[in-house]
Amino acid sequence: MKNFLTKSILVAATGLMMSGTAMAQVESMDPIKLTLHDWSGQLINTKIMGAILEEAGYNVEYVQADYIAQFAGLKTGDLTLAMEIWATTGQEALDEATATGNVVNAGETGLQAIEEWWYPLYMKERCPGLPDWEALKACSGEFATAETAPKGRYVGGPVTWGGFDDERVEALGLDFEVVHAGTDAALFAELESAYQREAPVILWVYVPHWAPAKYEGEFVEFPPYSAECYSDPSVGVNPDAAYDCGKPRGPIWKAAWAGMEDKWPGAYPAVQAYTLTNEEMSAMVGAVDLDGEEIDAVVDAWMDANEGRWNGWITQ
Amino acid sequence: MDARVLEQRKSLALWLGLFALTWFFARFGASISEALGMEWLISYPKEWIIPLNDKVSALMKWLVEDVHFILFSFTDMTRALAWLIEQPYYFVRALLATGFEQGVGRRAVQIVPPLSWLTILAGVIALGHYAKDWFLAAIVGLSFAYLAIFGQWESAMVTLASVVVAVPIGVIGGLLLGILAYRHPRFDRIMTPVLDLMQTIPIFAYLVPILFMFGFGPVSALVATVIYAMPPMVRITAMALKAVDPEIKDFGVMSGCTRSQMTWRILVPSALSSLMVGVNQVIMLSLNMVIIASMIGAGGLGFDVLSSLRRLNIGGGFEAGIAIVILAIAIDRLSQAFAVRSSQIHPAPQGSNIFKRHPRSTLVALVLIVALIVGRFVPAFQTYPDEMTLTTGAFWSDGVKYLNINYFDVFEAVKIFFLTWFLLPIKRFFLNIPWPWFIVVITIIGWKFGGWKLALMNGVMTLFIASTGMWEKAMVTVYLCGASVIIASAIGIPLGVLAAINQRAGRVIGVVIDTLQTLPSFVYLIPVVMLFRIGDFTAMIAIVLYALVPAVRYAAHGVKSVSPDLIEAGIVSGCTKRQILTRIRLPLALPEILLGINQTIMLALSMLVITALVGTRDLGQEVYIALTKADTGRGLVAGFAIAFIAIMADRIINASAKNARIRFGLEAKND
Repeated sequence: MKNFLTKSILVAATGLMMSGTAMAQVESMDPIKLTLHDWSGQLINTKIMGAILEEAGYNVEYVQADYIAQFAGLKTGDLTLAMEIWATTGQEALDEATATGNVVNAGETGLQAIEEWWYPLYMKERCPGLPDWEALKACSGEFATAETAPKGRYVGGPVTWGGFDDERVEALGLDFEVVHAGTDAALFAELESAYQREAPVILWVYVPHWAPAKYEGEFVEFPPYSAECYSDPSVGVNPDAAYDCGKPRGPIWKAAWAGMEDKWPGAYPAVQAYTLTNEEMSAMVGAVDLDGEEIDAVVDAWMDANEGRWNGWITQ
Repeated sequence: MDARVLEQRKSLALWLGLFALTWFFARFGASISEALGMEWLISYPKEWIIPLNDKVSALMKWLVEDVHFILFSFTDMTRALAWLIEQPYYFVRALLATGFEQGVGRRAVQIVPPLSWLTILAGVIALGHYAKDWFLAAIVGLSFAYLAIFGQWESAMVTLASVVVAVPIGVIGGLLLGILAYRHPRFDRIMTPVLDLMQTIPIFAYLVPILFMFGFGPVSALVATVIYAMPPMVRITAMALKAVDPEIKDFGVMSGCTRSQMTWRILVPSALSSLMVGVNQVIMLSLNMVIIASMIGAGGLGFDVLSSLRRLNIGGGFEAGIAIVILAIAIDRLSQAFAVRSSQIHPAPQGSNIFKRHPRSTLVALVLIVALIVGRFVPAFQTYPDEMTLTTGAFWSDGVKYLNINYFDVFEAVKIFFLTWFLLPIKRFFLNIPWPWFIVVITIIGWKFGGWKLALMNGVMTLFIASTGMWEKAMVTVYLCGASVIIASAIGIPLGVLAAINQRAGRVIGVVIDTLQTLPSFVYLIPVVMLFRIGDFTAMIAIVLYALVPAVRYAAHGVKSVSPDLIEAGIVSGCTKRQILTRIRLPLALPEILLGINQTIMLALSMLVITALVGTRDLGQEVYIALTKADTGRGLVAGFAIAFIAIMADRIINASAKNARIRFGLEAKND
């Protein structure tokens, strides 16, 4: 906000220049509306996409919206593009929305969502068999609290995330009680609290997220997920129960208003082509949430370093 | 033995009997029904559930997609309305926060900057001085200065913009509805239950339908805010107009007023000071909504709170939360001062030139011009410089960490004590009562306190909850709220009494409860999770902190307003201080205290949606799940269930408060 005058002159000037060059090529000067949520990874993802679209000459607007409630806006065209729909948490809403024909799945972002049971490294000393899940059988008592003793306490995600942890505990014969956090903030508040005291904790962690960068720890290795393991009791370690394996890992999708392709035919392919990797994202999320850098600065740095890549997406 | 004592004994026996039976059923009901092969007595059978959820969802879909009036569709209508609300909002936001821009999206070019922070600061100080005195001007000025110094300015201005737009809509709408209710008793009767629903259905329940109707963005947030904040204005308007001195009305009739003259020239002006109380409530409730509004695109301070806490930046969340409190207190004090001022008579300004006639306005205009011109060259005049902002964020985060590391075991012990001896027994009790018996009990209670009408209403409402398959969640709700209300009353009522009899304590308590009322609960919810873990106890702390406020306020008000004659009579007849309190003040304040508990219950129920965020398993969670799945029907049905619990509690307590007033001769019995 400093140098307000120079800044606005600059903006005006670039605006004029653009109108002579890039603007002439784009189909509609109506702003493409991208949704922002309240976690840094999504903000970075969205701002990069927005920056690329702006480079291509499109007009971009950011709208604050709730993760699931945004589908109401995507269906009507009030919103144009949502950059992070996790297969693990948003699949149901996405499928419902695409079934109406008003929303389209614009492909993967290249990020892979991993969600699984996770423990801080200091727990490995108290339960030496980790990360293999069999170890949890023997030392569930190490994870107990006064309310759950002698059972261990596992903090699961909000009920709405699904995840079948109650079923998993049952099927694998783990002596754990599943406690559901109501939000992601509450979930990580539990981790922060336990980590400060080096107290026992095991909980649902997902990546890309800043937590694995801030806290040292590991995912539990369950028997690998397969669709049959969830649907067919006879498959897997326990012949009598389904869900006797780990959680599925899934892509993070982009979702767009179905009218986007017609209105901005040049922009939509760029959206489809856009991909990042988990490593890139983790580094950027860490820079913002742990080192306190500004999101815009991180986005600019990425744009400078990857000019060839995004140019390729635009000029498809 | 006189008849009254006999009657009292009879009703005491009835209550004891009912309680004993209920306890018996809760204890042994499960095994009896199992022995009889009638498990349906304990848990409501799935086959009997009426699929109301789907019907409501289908209705909503039909409304949004298929309804067409002759020329336009339902959606066109709501969108036009949205456009109408949008215009003033964008104007005010541009004025205060973003500046006026040409073009759309990120490429927009700012043509006129927003009002500089100095201008707004000067403006509010002038308002403070105009409304009351230099003291108020200083309070308001310091509050806004705080916002600038602690780096909350821009977000605070966005929040202020939505308050500035939502409040007039709520006030004018409420005023008109209130006048209608005053003129037409039949409309009043229809309006009362609607207002009850508006206040008790959790906002999350109607957020999704609003998004469908009004589109995405700040307008939906504004509409939700207005729905939530308007009801007190309607009620207070209707009440204030009824209370206007009949002599004033007669005077109006004699001088030949038309109906509209009567309303606007006579009734409204003479009720103005009461009406300002309503305005004040609308402001407070609008600020209560900022967190939820920010979830659907309002931005501002609420968004800062949410995003800080997602990063577990407790300090950041606290600072933004405190900024909301400060904004609320500043606006509240200003509006209260205006309420007082409006009932006084002020001479018209006199003087030889414009500066003498309007010293404040000219000064503010001067600051505006100077800031506008100098701000072009010296950015500090336009925007408060980033380098000069302070932060206390680390203090809060470290404080929580210190408590966590050093005192966690103490907290744990306290928690376990409460769980084993208080929460769990209550939970077991409520969950084990057979549902048909519970419906019977609630109906009998209704009949005892309010006659057959209340009995019928209670019966129908509890049946609704059972038949929509919400029984178990409703019982968890009743248990969690019940336990919290008991604790909140146990803490709040003594505090209120203390505030009433000791002035110095009263001032401190006043500040504390003002803060508790406006500090978004999400701010303390996350630290509480860190110290007490996820679970019912954490939810209870959050509910108690929020629901405490009315228990304190009403108790203080009740004890203070006991007639001094009665206290004098007590002193004359040689009562000790203690006797005056326990024999005179407390019994006479009982009706007020009951109303305070009533409000405590309402607030406890309205907190359920927030405590769902820490993983409770009640109706609040049901509403929250429905929101995240965008399931209109499910959310509204669960919302209605919460509203019904609230309405039943309200009616029962109001009826018993009335009975208490009649017993003390404070109100005539009229059947």
